[in-house]
Amino acid sequence: MNKSDLKVEARGERELVISRTFDAPVEMVFDAHTKPELVRQWLLGPEGWTMPVCEIDLRVGGKYRYVWKKEKTGDEMGLGGEFREVARPERYVATEKFDESWYPGEGLSTTTFEERGGKTHFQNLMQYESRAAREAVLESPMEEGLGVGYDRLEALLNKQAQAAGQGE
Amino acid sequence: MVILETRIPRTESNRLNATFAALADPTRRAILARLARGEATVNDLVKPFNISQPAISKHLKVLERAGLISKDIDRQRRPRRIEAGPMAEATEWLEKYREFWEVNYKRLDTLLDVMKTVEKKKKSEVKRKK
Repeated sequence: MNKSDLKVEARGERELVISRTFDAPVEMVFDAHTKPELVRQWLLGPEGWTMPVCEIDLRVGGKYRYVWKKEKTGDEMGLGGEFREVARPERYVATEKFDESWYPGEGLSTTTFEERGGKTHFQNLMQYESRAAREAVLESPMEEGLGVGYDRLEALLNKQAQAAGQGE
Repeated sequence: MVILETRIPRTESNRLNATFAALADPTRRAILARLARGEATVNDLVKPFNISQPAISKHLKVLERAGLISKDIDRQRRPRRIEAGPMAEATEWLEKYREFWEVNYKRLDTLLDVMKTVEKKKKSEVKRKK
């Protein structure tokens, strides 16, 4: 597997920037971020979590809602927000707030996609209401979130590929 | 967006806040880079940075409060040196956050590959029909 160019930066006082290149045309990468049937195949976090709710009303003023569930314990976690800008396939801006948010205020998420030579450069800029909110986000995925070993990841990817194949 | 599993103690969080706040300023990052090459006194820093001594002292205070540097109070002119701990901690948080996303994005890579294959198949079927 190729090493990816994923970059995560804490910028200024209350911003987080994630960027990465995907080997696919820009429309495809945009759709994978905004079509529920595609999003729920990959935006799952650590192993053991599923995404029973994934609703996206992709238009300005439209809402989206995600719920993740940890199958083993039944724990659920919800997240939602509203689209402020939608310009397929280059960009969308949306607010972001967890149901039981552990950090103050809403986040504002700006996602951009740019195609260069058949590959798509993706960037997500998260602006939080305060420095403390950003730090809370950075600290949260600790335990389980990142305990996924790469060997388990490999197995997961294979399973996902099969599932994706059947889904199409 | 992240999956929350545990909350971490406030004290650790405050320390991280201080570290990121200290690192947010380019002059302070440059000072740290200089100290990474070896200890230096306030005067040593005034010249290359071309800013006033009070300004340097102020930056040093922020870095000190974040635990990123320490001063040797027993020696004349109190040379500052870099402290590796907090910096490593801040880097580690970012690295873990990065890993979290990489798990998701590797899955997305796989999905995109499948989508490309499907697209190709569709296109060649259309061609054949023509």
